[in-house]
Amino acid sequence: MSTITTIKKGLDIKLVGEAEKTITEVLAKRIALKPTDFTGVFPKLLVKEGDKVKAGTPIFFDKYRDNIVFTSPVSGEVSEIKRGAKRKLLEIIITADSKSESLDFGVADPTKLNKESVTEKLLKSGLWSMIKQRPYSVIANPEAQPKAIFISGFDNAPLGPDYDFILHGKGEAFQAGLDALTKLTEGKVNVNIHSDLTKTKVLLNSKNVQVNEFKGKYPSGMVGPQIAALNPINKGEVVWVVNPQDVINIGQLFLTGKVCSEKIIAITGSEVLKPRYIKTSSGVCLHDILQDNISDVEKRFVSGNPLTGSQVELTGFLGAYDHQITVLPEGTDQRFLGWIMPNTDQFSYYKSMFSWLTPNKKYKLDTNMKGGERAFVVTGKFEEVFPFDIYPMQLIKAVMAEDIDMMEQLGIYEVEAEDFALLEFISTSKIEIQSIIHDGLEFLRKEMS
Amino acid sequence: MKALQKFMDKVRPNFQKGGKYQYLHSTFDAFDTFLFVPGHVTKKGSHIRDGVDLKRTMFLVVIAAMPALLFGMWNVGYQHFLNINETATFMETFFYGFLKVLPLVIVSYVVGLGVEFIFAQMRGHEVNEGYLVSGFLIPLIIPVSTPLWMVGLATIFAVIIGKEVFGGTGMNIVNPALLARAFLFFAYPSQMSGDKVWIAEQVDGTTGATPLGHLLTATDKLPELPSVMESFIGTIPGSVGETSTLAILIGAVILLFTGIASWRVMFSVFAGGYLMGLVFNLIGANAYMTLPAHMHLLIGGFAFGAVFMATDPVSAAQTNRGKYIYGFLIGLMAVLIRVVNPAYPEGMMLAILLLNVFAPLIDHYVVAGNIKRRLNRMKKIAA
Repeated sequence: MSTITTIKKGLDIKLVGEAEKTITEVLAKRIALKPTDFTGVFPKLLVKEGDKVKAGTPIFFDKYRDNIVFTSPVSGEVSEIKRGAKRKLLEIIITADSKSESLDFGVADPTKLNKESVTEKLLKSGLWSMIKQRPYSVIANPEAQPKAIFISGFDNAPLGPDYDFILHGKGEAFQAGLDALTKLTEGKVNVNIHSDLTKTKVLLNSKNVQVNEFKGKYPSGMVGPQIAALNPINKGEVVWVVNPQDVINIGQLFLTGKVCSEKIIAITGSEVLKPRYIKTSSGVCLHDILQDNISDVEKRFVSGNPLTGSQVELTGFLGAYDHQITVLPEGTDQRFLGWIMPNTDQFSYYKSMFSWLTPNKKYKLDTNMKGGERAFVVTGKFEEVFPFDIYPMQLIKAVMAEDIDMMEQLGIYEVEAEDFALLEFISTSKIEIQSIIHDGLEFLRKEMS
Repeated sequence: MKALQKFMDKVRPNFQKGGKYQYLHSTFDAFDTFLFVPGHVTKKGSHIRDGVDLKRTMFLVVIAAMPALLFGMWNVGYQHFLNINETATFMETFFYGFLKVLPLVIVSYVVGLGVEFIFAQMRGHEVNEGYLVSGFLIPLIIPVSTPLWMVGLATIFAVIIGKEVFGGTGMNIVNPALLARAFLFFAYPSQMSGDKVWIAEQVDGTTGATPLGHLLTATDKLPELPSVMESFIGTIPGSVGETSTLAILIGAVILLFTGIASWRVMFSVFAGGYLMGLVFNLIGANAYMTLPAHMHLLIGGFAFGAVFMATDPVSAAQTNRGKYIYGFLIGLMAVLIRVVNPAYPEGMMLAILLLNVFAPLIDHYVVAGNIKRRLNRMKKIAA
């Protein structure tokens, strides 16, 4: 096996509410496709309310890339189409039936197919949308030549799901998925694992791919720092990124010919009574899986982890690329002299609070900003937790100034908004860095196309 | 606390848009957020946030500068009683200095915060806490006999020209506290140097020149200077907070432990100053040049500048490599100006202000290295 890459910079945030390693199966009653999950997609609907659909039935497609379709993960009926301001398509809600009918896309051995037929199968089934491109974090362009494909086999974000546990017993489908992906690139398919924590044979025995070992604190489990360490993206290059669970679903498509929408998601956070794993469908309604399992304080529901996830309602749905739901207390309380009190219940990266005295304590953090927004004052701290060969503050400022030349020179193509999550967490100036980078990348994507 | 919170909740609408005292919104907000960390929740991005904010960071600098202030107060008394040849108890000594220094602190804070509040109100911003630090540092770097109106004037100049014209805390180019001192130094030189200003109420005919003052007038042999120990403890004349290297080092430990000040800057300022001192020792062309290098670090405002002024993150270099260069050049320039330039006894202030201006340039070249690395990687692939 290859050498171990140690990612030295980072920070582990220990929170209350890690998922216990038990799986409960919950049938999804309502699921939704959310076009807003897919950056840059301009959705064109193919169904209307009341239509019957099967698993694999196309629901909508991208107006500008009409071969990219999005299909229903379950069989049932389109019960509601939610639109927002200017009739923007927000959610297509499907009520699942018990028949679990599925369109047949044909069984095939991916090792015997060529790139075109693998691509076609993935596009038709809608699973192509699970392959993301970097830079810009958009759905991969089927005609592009990615220089490599990256799959991170561990997640060390706060309360992140344990992929060893999720992938257990799914070696066949995972390998089939990898075989399909190897057809899509002339470069390597990289499966990145943790050098000590990854024990599952599913990942360790992956064949025909490059297995890379990593260690280090969060965000060493994110693809961003992994790509930067192995093969950083230069201007004009693209790499593709796939989540291990989606690799399994891709594998299932080839093994069974059907769209498999099964997803094991971690229910985490301090406001979940029994944090655990739940086997259900992608796009599931939070209410279906959380209903009796949450505390009665004011809560924030997050699809994803507390650092990079997106806020949803209890009646909302799991995001297309998320494998975790986090429930946190809303932090609307005012704290008397909170800025100078010892605050032993608070976690901080800095030694000016006292959480460094209790390194193993798990914290129950709420969503309070813990201070007002200010200009950048503190320097040198972002660099301590940012595992890229990039000057983060200079890059953020270049993005704010919409200076494209400078953004390119400082390495904007190597990062995504999520790579800045930790910086946003530790920012004493409380600046919304992820949304600055996100907007900057969107600006760049539109200018460059 | 509940009662106070209720009261604030009750009066808050008066200060918000459409309220009776809308024009005092920023001012009210400053007190409100001082009392209670607001219940604002995250909207985008990370849902959880670090417990530390800028208020806490800034306040820790004030705590770190506290030993220097307290020692300074005692030393003001000590120098006074030494000057009039009287003995006094510790408390009398301290209390005398306390009464002399406190007005300086009050004027600096009241005037400076007043300007800050007005600007925040005009811009509709929250009041920034940056002045908590600047306002504390200004009284520490001026002679105790500075008239209060001068302190007020210098403060107004520093806050407006040094900070607000650039957009407030975080946007300034030079360190505002040092700018206040520079203003006084150039506008009222007789109040800022010489041997008359360092002692609160001087008896005629006595002198209380600082070691730097003595050195400046030295011609062929070193004047009689305070011992290393006296300079380290700080029982020598000088600006209020700068005399005691010991008290400053206590502050340095706090700043370095909490990571608020950059050790890179601090270390390289001392290294630069020491090295330049050694170089002068080697040359040894006049008496000043033969001053032992370590004395440079102990006398005058060198230590105070290195710990509290050069490390100001806004006006310092922002890249780690840049911080070494920035700090080193400050130390070097400070000693160079002291020894070579006959007009300015204290080189630290000018050295820091000069490097404040050059910090963006240093950063520019450091960042250019990163850019070049990226371009080379591209070229290698293209080839």
